[in-house]
Amino acid sequence: MTELTNLTVAEIRDGHRAGDFSAVEVAEAFNANVAGAKALNAFIVETPEHAIAAAKQADADRAAGTLKPLSGVPIGMKDLFATNGVQTTAASHMLEGFVPRYESTVSQKLWDAGCGMLGKLNLDQFAMGSSNETSHFGNVISPWKRNDGSNAALAPGGSSGGSSSAIAARLCPAATGTDTGGSIRQPAAFTGISGIKPTYGRCSRWGIVAFASSLDQAGPMARDVRDCAIMLENMAGFDPKDATSLDMPVPNWEAALSSDLKGKTVGIPKEYRLEGIDPEIDAMWDAGIAMLKDAGAAVVEISLPHTKYALPTYYIIAPAEASSNLARYDGVRYGLRDLPQGAGLQDMYAATRADGFGPEVKRRIMIGTYVLSAGFYDAYYTQAQKVRTLIARDFEAAFASCDVILAPTAPSAAFGLGEKMADPLAMYLNDVFAVPASLAGLPAMSVPAALNREGLPLGLQIIGKAFDEQGVLNAGLAIEERAGFTARAEKWW
Amino acid sequence: MSNYTIKGETGEWEVVIGLEVHAQVTSNAKLFSGAATAFGAEPNTQVSLVDAAMPGMLPVPNRECIRQAVRTGMAIEAEINKWSRFDRKNYFYADLPQGYQISQLYHPLVGEGSLTIAADEKAGIPTDKVIGIERIHVEQDAGKLMHDQHPTMSYVDLNRSGVALMEIVSRPDMRSPAEAGAYVRKLRSILRYVGSCDGNMEEGSMRADVNVSVRKPGDEFGTRTETKNVNSVRFVMAVIEGEAKRQVGLIESGGTVVQETRLYDPDRNETRSMRSKEDAHDYRYFPDPDLLPLELDDAFLDECRASLPELPDAKRARYLSEGISAYNADVLTAEVEAARWFDALLEAGAKPVAAANWVTSELFGALNRMGRDISDSPVSPAQAAELLGLVADGTISGTIAKQVFEKMLETGDGAAAIVDREGLKQTSDTGAIEAEIAKVLAANADKVEQYKGGKEALFGFFVGQTMKAMQGKANPQVVNELLKKALG
Repeated sequence: MTELTNLTVAEIRDGHRAGDFSAVEVAEAFNANVAGAKALNAFIVETPEHAIAAAKQADADRAAGTLKPLSGVPIGMKDLFATNGVQTTAASHMLEGFVPRYESTVSQKLWDAGCGMLGKLNLDQFAMGSSNETSHFGNVISPWKRNDGSNAALAPGGSSGGSSSAIAARLCPAATGTDTGGSIRQPAAFTGISGIKPTYGRCSRWGIVAFASSLDQAGPMARDVRDCAIMLENMAGFDPKDATSLDMPVPNWEAALSSDLKGKTVGIPKEYRLEGIDPEIDAMWDAGIAMLKDAGAAVVEISLPHTKYALPTYYIIAPAEASSNLARYDGVRYGLRDLPQGAGLQDMYAATRADGFGPEVKRRIMIGTYVLSAGFYDAYYTQAQKVRTLIARDFEAAFASCDVILAPTAPSAAFGLGEKMADPLAMYLNDVFAVPASLAGLPAMSVPAALNREGLPLGLQIIGKAFDEQGVLNAGLAIEERAGFTARAEKWW
Repeated sequence: MSNYTIKGETGEWEVVIGLEVHAQVTSNAKLFSGAATAFGAEPNTQVSLVDAAMPGMLPVPNRECIRQAVRTGMAIEAEINKWSRFDRKNYFYADLPQGYQISQLYHPLVGEGSLTIAADEKAGIPTDKVIGIERIHVEQDAGKLMHDQHPTMSYVDLNRSGVALMEIVSRPDMRSPAEAGAYVRKLRSILRYVGSCDGNMEEGSMRADVNVSVRKPGDEFGTRTETKNVNSVRFVMAVIEGEAKRQVGLIESGGTVVQETRLYDPDRNETRSMRSKEDAHDYRYFPDPDLLPLELDDAFLDECRASLPELPDAKRARYLSEGISAYNADVLTAEVEAARWFDALLEAGAKPVAAANWVTSELFGALNRMGRDISDSPVSPAQAAELLGLVADGTISGTIAKQVFEKMLETGDGAAAIVDREGLKQTSDTGAIEAEIAKVLAANADKVEQYKGGKEALFGFFVGQTMKAMQGKANPQVVNELLKKALG
């Protein structure tokens, strides 16, 4: 029998349904992998008992003939989702020890679908970062190594780096992620897995620790496109508790998967051909174009003229919202409280926030506070909102002549831990291809496409029209079938 | 024009007043959460996860709060903005869990409107005056700090956190404490008619920020100060008077007024500086990204409009057209409960003028003596209509009606039943009346002489004596006629 931890979500679901193995066996196998992978630091909290309990229920449901869509599938939960009775930290010292008495809508949907939880996955602190190095609980390490024998520890991407690392290392078959400006897609690309950020509003934000409300969107990360479709079906849906939630039915994405792209047109944005970019990225992109043509699609060049303003726009809007969203962490009601001897209220705020937030979070709070302050608001925030509208219009115009857009996910393969921490701008550049779709609220996914000369995965990104997750998944599937990406990290941990 | 001025050493100063009234919206649930809003509950028992700003919690607008604000806007004939938006006002305070208040700076729900304060000669308001209202926006209230629970710590009660407020911002159109007082009373009356706020200033469901500046008549506006959270009409007027005098004194002694926020201390009847413009917060307002713009459709607006009751001005005009005196119309329309009671009385068939006189004198007098509100009057409009009907059709006189009303209050019985039981029906039996008149005239022969000699004022005396002899039961009109005949 195949090793259970090598199975995909679909294989676990179907195998369990067919009686090939019990859900408890699956949960135990993954629990063992989790327990044996401390070196990756992918989990902040491990919850083997949760996975086992769900598995027992799945086995009982199978016996009773009451199986649910994801019965028997254990998953990882990014530690940005509030989980009832299980510590929820957003990888911050501020929320260290915080145990919510409520369950996020997305995680509740997954439990209702029969999933069990293997643990809470590490991430960049408050989802701010592209390498997982800003976590208060230490950085996650990618299971991948360069093939040059250097043995350098590599970044798993961020902010959903615990999710990407754990899936790539077979610690869980799938996990939740959140994407504000690439936090699902970039880590997926860095670790050779798939991940989709759906249209803004598809997944409820209720119970997800907020970073930037107008951009935050939950989505699944898994080993292949089908698993992403299955997971997303069980995460999405209208939620009256989130005023920005989409009141639309959730399509049956898995059933409609098709890699036949005849009649479809793929747009190639010329502005994404960056000066001085690693030629391997461009080569992978060209290979991707060929794959989609092979799948029957027509290919056209398109223009997204405001692309170069996307990153600066993002780094105004996201910090502005974050500076306000994170004001609630004040030491008054929950989480960390630093109350120096004889301190007053202002001193408590200062001490608590100085101690509770890491440097990257502070940097963004300061940027956000600055761009919203009197005298600067119009020059920064108002201007950025206008540019955001222009970027969204770029996409609308482009989609008049194509169905999906193909681009690289990230401008490079995974970098070494510590290589970019000293230079925030270099770090921010990692999201240059991911951010435009976030600003426009469009569905976008990353699928693994190739290995570079260092033996590290590279990802291709497909961006779709609003609400057209199906088009994105189908193009992703066409690439997946043709790229034949089967490489996996060799176990060293 | 108001004739109110402050007499300074350098001449007369005009006072310019604008008010920002915060009115708590009457609703069972808070503006963005399902939590309850009852006043006086145990601390922190009406707090949802959203109100406590737990991680990942999101606001969802409460339709009823929006509806009430829209109805209020319609009641002041304001422009209703079909597209509005919520903004975050960012500042740190222990009673503000989110670290920001959700309010509406850039695109308020309600735009330009106005209300009219009635002329009041005695208060120095010679004619009706229209006061402009710039806007009404909807926002969250904050929680409450309690400093008396612990020797070194302050406690926080979040029951009020997230409760919906309407901020009603006037134009700087008022020129005297009396006008400001009349404005607040009128606004309160409208809110209570509409049912969008209970107007209870003592419980804090209505409070005002008072903006005051002074200038020489004809000059530009002076620098204003804002006194926060004033919670009675009397205090609003006191703040204006005190603050205007303080500003005049300051300017005339060579100083300048600083734009600042001040606090009123009712015990000492003075305001003191809270913070100046220099250390004012930078609130970093920006559109709340958790909320979509608020878009109202015509059906919603139509429903809001259709649900509005007759408002004080319209009601007053109707009463005047029915012959009710201006004074009575004012008294009857000031409070919605009284107006509703009076309307019920008219519906039960009472004649408007007599009913108005009776309610404002007899009923209000009785309620006052009993320390009761009209909403728990022991006599119902239907019972009162029965009593007034007996007067109108001549069954009893006005004097007897007073006795009957007293019995009604004592026993709760109906007027007709009391009149029957006590034999109070007035008589038009000319024989009986003539007999009594003859006795009265015989007993007062000297006065009859004087009357006949030209002292006609004595006629009333003869009427009184006859009525007394008839134990008040004689029909006064018949008495008059017969007396005139008897006196030749």
